[in-house]
Amino acid sequence: MVDLALSQDLSASPIAARLHRFHAGDRNFRRIAFSCALVILAMFAGILWALIAGAWPAISAFGLPFIWTEIWNPVTQKFGGLAPIAGTLVTSFLAMLVAVPVGIGIAIFLTELCPRPLQRPIGIAVELLAGIPSIIYGIWGLFVLAPFLQQYVMPGVIAAFADIPVLSSLFAGPPYGIGVFTAALILSIMTIPFISAITRDVFETVPPVLKEATYGLGATIWEVQSKVVLPYARSGVVGGVMLALGRALGETMAVTFVIGNSHRVSSSLFAPGTTISASIANEFTEAVGDLYLPALVELGLLLFIVTFLVLATAQYMLYQLERRAGGRP
Amino acid sequence: MNNQRYLRRRIRSAFFMGLSVVATVFGLSWLVLVLGTLLYEGLGGFDFRLFSEMTPAPGDDGGLLNAIMGSLMMNIFAVAVGTPIGIFAGTYLAEYGRHTKLAFVVRFVNDILLSAPSIVLGLFIYEIIVLPMGHFSAWAGSAVLATIVIPVVVRTTENMLLLIPNTLREAAAALGAPRAHVIKQVTWRAARAGIVTGVLLAIARISGETAPLLFTALNNQFWSLDPNAPMASLPVVIFQFAISPYRDWQQLAWSGALLITLTVLILSIIARVLEARTDQK
Repeated sequence: MVDLALSQDLSASPIAARLHRFHAGDRNFRRIAFSCALVILAMFAGILWALIAGAWPAISAFGLPFIWTEIWNPVTQKFGGLAPIAGTLVTSFLAMLVAVPVGIGIAIFLTELCPRPLQRPIGIAVELLAGIPSIIYGIWGLFVLAPFLQQYVMPGVIAAFADIPVLSSLFAGPPYGIGVFTAALILSIMTIPFISAITRDVFETVPPVLKEATYGLGATIWEVQSKVVLPYARSGVVGGVMLALGRALGETMAVTFVIGNSHRVSSSLFAPGTTISASIANEFTEAVGDLYLPALVELGLLLFIVTFLVLATAQYMLYQLERRAGGRP
Repeated sequence: MNNQRYLRRRIRSAFFMGLSVVATVFGLSWLVLVLGTLLYEGLGGFDFRLFSEMTPAPGDDGGLLNAIMGSLMMNIFAVAVGTPIGIFAGTYLAEYGRHTKLAFVVRFVNDILLSAPSIVLGLFIYEIIVLPMGHFSAWAGSAVLATIVIPVVVRTTENMLLLIPNTLREAAAALGAPRAHVIKQVTWRAARAGIVTGVLLAIARISGETAPLLFTALNNQFWSLDPNAPMASLPVVIFQFAISPYRDWQQLAWSGALLITLTVLILSIIARVLEARTDQK
């Protein structure tokens, strides 16, 4: 490139060729990057298309009532998704009921109460734990938690609530150990580190000046948290919770081990049930007949739609927080 | 009167802070329990045979060699395919299309894919690869894992490139470097550690991925390196062995689970160290 000016009048053509090559390389690089970005969109469109195409026989055979029909009979090829859909929603809801307060509590502890030297180690530990594969929680649930609940917890709870009208049906039946309750508990255990890691990050976006000013007015720690930090970080916390919910809804392995895979809607939380992902994982390779597989794929399609809505809300909320924090870097 | 009110506020605060300590103890003790059990049960079966012998029939002794090998192979395929696509797509988002509408949509879709249920990705690959091929295969398993790798790499690559100051790009452009050279010689180099972090996190993510492999790569009891045939993988073997009634299979499942956890933890620790180093620069 240095001798560009010198040789300009002597031999313009090789340099022109070289510049041309440069230009072509530049253009190709851009094209590659662009098409790789399109791959992302193609993947998304492909997933939607594949799920709809795969589920089509079931969609046209069962129609909309699929969603509220409980029957699941491979022999007569009659399928309805109520049990797995209800199971997915109930387990995720219960898991969030436990994991959200605990996760936020841990985040408050980490940002306000934790002694300095412990802050980083505990924070890092929480983040590392959020990355542990779900199958680990599943195997632990099967071998440790379920037997423990069956022996020590469930009989007591069932006996204690036997005479109370609503609770007796909520905690009824023989103590199997596995079931909806156990699955929800495992789900909450595995989403706790996830929620607390995100919530802590969100809390750290709150400008220290705001907190210091409130402390300066004589507020207590709780008042600073509930009146300044939480309102400021609200959209971020909601976004984080939605992300965790999206995870819980689609979680497969942690649930499959302990839910019992029974296509029946029961009023008792101790009864075995199933979720969408557990049904697919358990039955997919054994599904025979024209409608069995499509019915499972239709469940997958419903799961995808629900998680899409939840995750899109999560993103919107986190985007709101980002905008308030000053936009993307 | 005023003092009493102040006291009430203090008590209220102490109460809620107490709750947050309880929450921390509650949350972390579960995790200690899980990891403790894992170590206790898993270490019992940690020996040389684990890495040198095939998965056994019930009652025989054996190891997890074919499963470890299968996981390695499928992970390598997935990373080999997913990483370049992810890096280029992330580069597009950060370098070319930063403020375009297309980039906005791609970013949104990518973040959805990042947290989409992996079992749904499994169904997708089943429909587009397993069904047309007519049989389960390690190719299909690798394809699923690649679809999980790509969004992770895209996200971290974009984030890391955005951290590079624009003055660097401008300086390189002022020297007459074409855009592609600016990216290859300057921004990629500056963000190298961060991009590697993303790849490591992606590997950590797919190392324990089980659900979508159940109906793409399936499983294989025997030694097989044929990517066109079903292949064993560590997570799937753990799943099958754990729900089996045989004590020695369950032991292998625990050891395999410990192996996966250690892999994931080590990978994430390396990734964190790398990330911390980039931040310091």
